Amino acid sequence: MATVSAPVGERPKRDVRRPKRQGLFHRMWRERSAYLFIAPGIIIFTAFTFAAFAFAIYLTFHRWSIIEPDKPYVGTANYEDALQDERFGQAIFNTVYFTGGTVLFTMAIGLLLALLLNQPLRGRGLLRTAYYLPVITPFVVAAILWKWLYNGDFGLFNYYLLKGHIIDEPLLWLSSKTLAMPAVMLMTIWAGVGFSMVVYLAGLQAIPEELYESAKMDGAGTLARLWYITIPMLRPSTLFLLVLGIVGSLQVFTQIFVMTSGGPVNRTTTMVYYMYLWGFKYYDMGYASTLAIALFVMLLAFTALQLRLIRQADR
Amino acid sequence: MSQTTDAQQAEADTPAVLTQLRGRSGRGFGRGKPTVRRKRPTLKASLFSYLFLLPVAVLFVAPFAWLISASFQPVSTIFQNPPTWLPDNPTLGGYQGFLDVGELTKAERGRGSGDWKWFANSAIITITVVVLQTFFNALCAYCFAKRKFPGRDIIFLVFLGTMMVPGMVLLIPNYIIIQHIPFMGGNDWLGNGGSGLLNNYAGLILPQVVTAFGIFLLRQYMLSIPDQLLEAARIDGASEFRIFWSVVLPLCTPALAANAIFSFQAVWEDFFWPLVVMSDPDKYTVPVGLALFVVQNRTSWNLLFAGSVIATLPMILVFLLLQRHFVQGIALTGVKG
Repeated sequence: MATVSAPVGERPKRDVRRPKRQGLFHRMWRERSAYLFIAPGIIIFTAFTFAAFAFAIYLTFHRWSIIEPDKPYVGTANYEDALQDERFGQAIFNTVYFTGGTVLFTMAIGLLLALLLNQPLRGRGLLRTAYYLPVITPFVVAAILWKWLYNGDFGLFNYYLLKGHIIDEPLLWLSSKTLAMPAVMLMTIWAGVGFSMVVYLAGLQAIPEELYESAKMDGAGTLARLWYITIPMLRPSTLFLLVLGIVGSLQVFTQIFVMTSGGPVNRTTTMVYYMYLWGFKYYDMGYASTLAIALFVMLLAFTALQLRLIRQADR
Repeated sequence: MSQTTDAQQAEADTPAVLTQLRGRSGRGFGRGKPTVRRKRPTLKASLFSYLFLLPVAVLFVAPFAWLISASFQPVSTIFQNPPTWLPDNPTLGGYQGFLDVGELTKAERGRGSGDWKWFANSAIITITVVVLQTFFNALCAYCFAKRKFPGRDIIFLVFLGTMMVPGMVLLIPNYIIIQHIPFMGGNDWLGNGGSGLLNNYAGLILPQVVTAFGIFLLRQYMLSIPDQLLEAARIDGASEFRIFWSVVLPLCTPALAANAIFSFQAVWEDFFWPLVVMSDPDKYTVPVGLALFVVQNRTSWNLLFAGSVIATLPMILVFLLLQRHFVQGIALTGVKG
């Protein structure tokens, strides 16, 4: 009986909430359901991202044709070919040209629309939906529709431009060496402006009204408020759109495939379209993969550059 | 990691947007968020705005008006100058021709196939991916947000790392991987000999059943669910899957909707992957069918326009029904700063 009478308070209480330190395997076993739950993710990412990426690099060192049974090791021949490939150089130029033009204009027009629509205008909901319509249209449909609009004989563009006496003779939009790329860019801008607008509108609505009130009291005009408050406060939206836009545009494919098939004379052959040609028209997966890796390096370089610029601007 | 740090992390990770969104339920796409009532702009200012906004709106909507009008026209009036905006005798010929895909493939292969084929392909693939992807993403996200297991943070970072590799770079190797899935499409156990999952719905769907972006989106949302709720369920004896299914999932419907919408959009208009995986015209999705149709320079533009309208309708329908979630979805991802 004496042993039981020991004061309760002195007995070391076990903390129920914190189980005592257990071995790694014990903890893993206890949480085994968590591993089971993420297993699909692990399997899919391992197969279709990590293994695939390693395999892509492996491919670049081989001549890997789908139709031929032996796939010999060729060292760096694919890379050497790529460095001397004039069409590839042209593809890089086209891709950068396309990216520069579309990203810049998509963001600028999106910002302008967002600024105007941020006022309590009548019917702005309707207008917003109108600008957003191209974004919810499947890209293939947009490309097909614009291919028709650009049609030399029956396209709406030529018809109305001729009628308005803006041009004297029908333009061959998509088969002209100089016009084809800008035409594809215009269609891409049309399809992307709505998204920029919505992102900017969300950004605009997060800017506290008080900032404008106090600036107004200090005598800042409309332009000064735009330049010193709105634009700097929209930086997160701008960076988001810039990164997303550049990464997306460098991989442009659908509209090229549908509208121009890379022509005329390679003027609209972009990097991904060129990769498609080598992989699925000439069946040379090794060289196609080399082109893909080149694209990857380019994307990395652009992203690194952007991050660096962001960090500099933050200082 | 104790509960408090988790909660703090949730607080820090949850963007201001989220709290903002919770406060503005019930507002549609057209309305925005006038927490501060602003006075109407002056007459001059609004006239100036409309002077720019209206013509641009016309430029944005006119192509669609033409598309819809042309889809009801026979080829003869489509190929006509001046363009016909209001057809005198609207016809459903284009729609019938497109939905009976046989008309397209007959010429190529000498036999037709069932009606609605491309549309059905697109629908099956899209619905399957949306359901599987939302489910598996949520399952992964739940573990990363609410479970504590050795290696969690490293695995999460590795998952996020997959976003660094753009899809186009993985296209070529994935094509070959799909071709060499063991035991499928006549392959032996080493994955050689047959065509694997090429030209198969499964091959199209498989790589898309999880996305790092969706997992990230859902995890961020789930961090804000209080741990006590899950503890209570655990004490009541609910299994881990039960907790996920009956407690966590119902609490993150906005994020699930965002994930579902994004994956719907991406899969419905996906082009490159189905283009290379599906080689049999009977198995094309709507975008692939349309694009190959136009590239092969056919003249049946009435079918093309009808097909384009059909391809666009589900997107517009989903948009109209889920407007609110659409904007939330963009806000959830967009303005994290």
